[in-house]
Amino acid sequence: MSEFILEMQHITKEFSGVKALDDVNFKVKKGEIHALCGENGAGKSTLMNILSAVYPFGEYAGEIHYKGELCKFHNIKDSEHKGIVIIHQELALSPYLSIAENVFLGNEVTGVKGVINWTQTQKRAQEMLEKVGLGGENVGVPVNTLGVGKQQLIEIAKAMAKEVDLLILDEPTAALNDEESRQLLDIMKQLKHQGITCIMISHKLNEVSYVADSITVIRDGKTIETLNKERDDFSEDRIIKGMVGRELTNRYPKRDCEISDTILEVENWNVYHPEDAGRQIIKDVNFHVKAGEVVGFAGLMGAGRTELAMSIFGGSYGQKISGNIKINGKEIDVKSVKSAIKNKIAYVSEDRKTYGLVLIDDVKRNMTMAALSEYFSNKGVVDQNKEILESEKYTKLINIKANSVAQTVGSLSGGNQQKVVLAKWMMTQPDILILDEPTRGIDVGAKYEIYCVINELAQSGKAIVIISSEMPEIIGICDRAYVISEGSIAGELAKGELTQEKIMKCIVSHNGKEKDEWKAKRRT
Amino acid sequence: MESKKTNIDLKQYGMVIALIAIFIIFYILSGGKNATPMNINNLVMQNGYIVVLAVGMLLCVLTGNVDLGVGSTVALTGAVAAILVIDKGMSVPVAFLAALLVGLAVGIFEGTFIAALGIPPFIVTLATMLMGRGLTYVALQAQTKGPLPDAYTAIGAGYLPTITIQIGAFAFDLICLIIAIAATLLIVLSELNSIATKKKYGFAVNPMWQTIAKLVIIIAIVWFFLYRLAVYKGIPIVLVLMAALIGVYHFITSKTVAGRQVYALGGNEKAARLSGINTKKVFFWVYTNMGLLCGVAGIVLSARNASATPKAGDGFEMDAIASCYIGGAATAGGIGTIIGAVVGAFVMGILNNGMSLIGWSTDIQKVVKGMVLLGAVTFDLLSKRRK
Repeated sequence: MSEFILEMQHITKEFSGVKALDDVNFKVKKGEIHALCGENGAGKSTLMNILSAVYPFGEYAGEIHYKGELCKFHNIKDSEHKGIVIIHQELALSPYLSIAENVFLGNEVTGVKGVINWTQTQKRAQEMLEKVGLGGENVGVPVNTLGVGKQQLIEIAKAMAKEVDLLILDEPTAALNDEESRQLLDIMKQLKHQGITCIMISHKLNEVSYVADSITVIRDGKTIETLNKERDDFSEDRIIKGMVGRELTNRYPKRDCEISDTILEVENWNVYHPEDAGRQIIKDVNFHVKAGEVVGFAGLMGAGRTELAMSIFGGSYGQKISGNIKINGKEIDVKSVKSAIKNKIAYVSEDRKTYGLVLIDDVKRNMTMAALSEYFSNKGVVDQNKEILESEKYTKLINIKANSVAQTVGSLSGGNQQKVVLAKWMMTQPDILILDEPTRGIDVGAKYEIYCVINELAQSGKAIVIISSEMPEIIGICDRAYVISEGSIAGELAKGELTQEKIMKCIVSHNGKEKDEWKAKRRT
Repeated sequence: MESKKTNIDLKQYGMVIALIAIFIIFYILSGGKNATPMNINNLVMQNGYIVVLAVGMLLCVLTGNVDLGVGSTVALTGAVAAILVIDKGMSVPVAFLAALLVGLAVGIFEGTFIAALGIPPFIVTLATMLMGRGLTYVALQAQTKGPLPDAYTAIGAGYLPTITIQIGAFAFDLICLIIAIAATLLIVLSELNSIATKKKYGFAVNPMWQTIAKLVIIIAIVWFFLYRLAVYKGIPIVLVLMAALIGVYHFITSKTVAGRQVYALGGNEKAARLSGINTKKVFFWVYTNMGLLCGVAGIVLSARNASATPKAGDGFEMDAIASCYIGGAATAGGIGTIIGAVVGAFVMGILNNGMSLIGWSTDIQKVVKGMVLLGAVTFDLLSKRRK
């Protein structure tokens, strides 16, 4: 047997005449972690979908050799029988079923006549959990009680239960914070020692260079190069060069703008959990943003940043909200989203598919959704001509790639969808823009374009708040950042002080303080 | 490229073509009975209330829900009007107003539970269905209330005044002719207007022959219907009512902010809420409106039957819901049109009517209607998937 566990040769795949993959060759060595990099739409997912038989044999040209034999997979079960398991970006867990049930979902431990053997299920689930570092978890609890990071690990345990030899992970850390990501990557390294081969698709290049043994770069449906850890330069800049075909010297465009008066001030902001009035989510938060300033909200996932933003945005989150919001020094009352929009606040939500877009609707109707009654209505009748003109204007302005403004949003790429959400809020002509994870899950090129839009907005005198879990992003584009931890502000860092170490230090020391206070409270 | 466009267009008008096909099939099966002036007249009269309900139901369907209570509400409102006229001796307009108010009250009741308290519409309207039916039986003491006076029945069984013209052996109604001409002009002008707008903004325009073929077919249907009505008794008042409601609701759903909000809510409720749309308000008015339209349908139905019965409107909710889905609305919400729902209602109506004419029993009719609903939605979903 050769040193390669998998060889995909001359793979070509067309979607209605358009070549998504063009003569791709991809080889993976036994027992390595092989990263697959490329911009969105480069063809990474398509290639993996061919391997895991989401696109079965016959729908593509080329050959797959796995463990030395030519494979013709007709469905996902075929490839799983051979030990190839794919974990998709969206988790495939059933939220109200227990960990054990999820680990053996579709692969149940059965006795005679298909009756599930629960004792065995629980016992074996426990074994699988230990392999992925979750030995301490109770296999009987529903998975929705766990955090996203742990849920991702449950997915891996599920793959282990299928006796996986080749594990494919599509953006495994997209929804995880740094700490959880690190944990997952370490688990991947452990799996490697157990002899499992991993293919990982990721946009997070720092993680790729940390964990991978080889990197294959795909661009426009073609394999560009394969880098080897022992032989080649594994730096992020090197990988990006392969991905975009040129050197992207500065990932964060320069901004040159004047920071002037304070526009937004939030004072003594307190918010309680929407379903549990006793649980305080946001504690005494104070912050301000000036015109032309880009302010970051750094912190770990679950720190309360989204909850803070949404509670300010017309009380979209939480209950018993108290505190003051001042705009241009004047205190205002923002009771509903509508009044927030009237007061020139815009909130570009995280997770565009769930909270931002109507995917079945077209570009123009999505763009005008928030501004409709304010700017496109004539006594309640929609001015459809103006709607077309304005949405075409914004399409050009921020370079959205769509056939026309009548194209369905669901058929656009992630980066372009994000731009549509941005355009939607730009149309409301806000003074204050809160952007929640504006570049999650989109590629380097599209990120750069979004940063440019942010810069232009700041230059036109708008106050901008960026919530991001990617610290380099906060450091790269913000003038100032608040570090948020456990619902309160753990620190404020000016441009000069913004480093990953400082941000982490703020979080850690704040957590320590919280615990001490809590202990002190218990003692008294 | 050309052929692709044709395909898409055929799908767009697929239901209209199916409608014509069903009509022709029954024309052959019944030996031409379904195209007689009297039957065309019956077709309009029998389907009036289903069209009224389908129009309101479409809004509920757009939000991703249904209203199961409409059949009962139709019965209740009809019963109230009939009781007021016959037992209390009130004037017809007052009774109609009362029926509309009862419908509105039912709508507000549903809307309050759905919007303000967040109870799932399925549950709330299932409850209204049971309560409405029960109240109708109580109000009518399980008896039929009738006969209703002519002033009452006119709205369901009456006609616009006619001006008969005699040309040779033919006698027909001038009003029908005027309406036919007006409708033709309206259809042609609005099509020209939409083409001009599309061209102005550089959107794809359908090939000329397709547009002309479409217009010819639509206008031919209009003229055929109106001609048949003209040689019978003229324009039924129900038809005027129907046309007015279709026009108003088509305008609301396609041109107004309020209509757009319903689509946005159905497409993605969370995104709609975060875009400043008061989703509770939308739910409230959609269900309140449904209640009001139930009042209208209740009046029309009791007028046509010249009486109110406790069993009236039984199963109407299912006909109205089926009309929306046959007309291309999505069960998940956010997709569907008023015109589609109306076409769907007529598909059901022509089926019912045709099957009665050739003497099929109501049992078989139900089987066929079920198959048509399943077939239409299956076809719709499969053709979308293939794209």
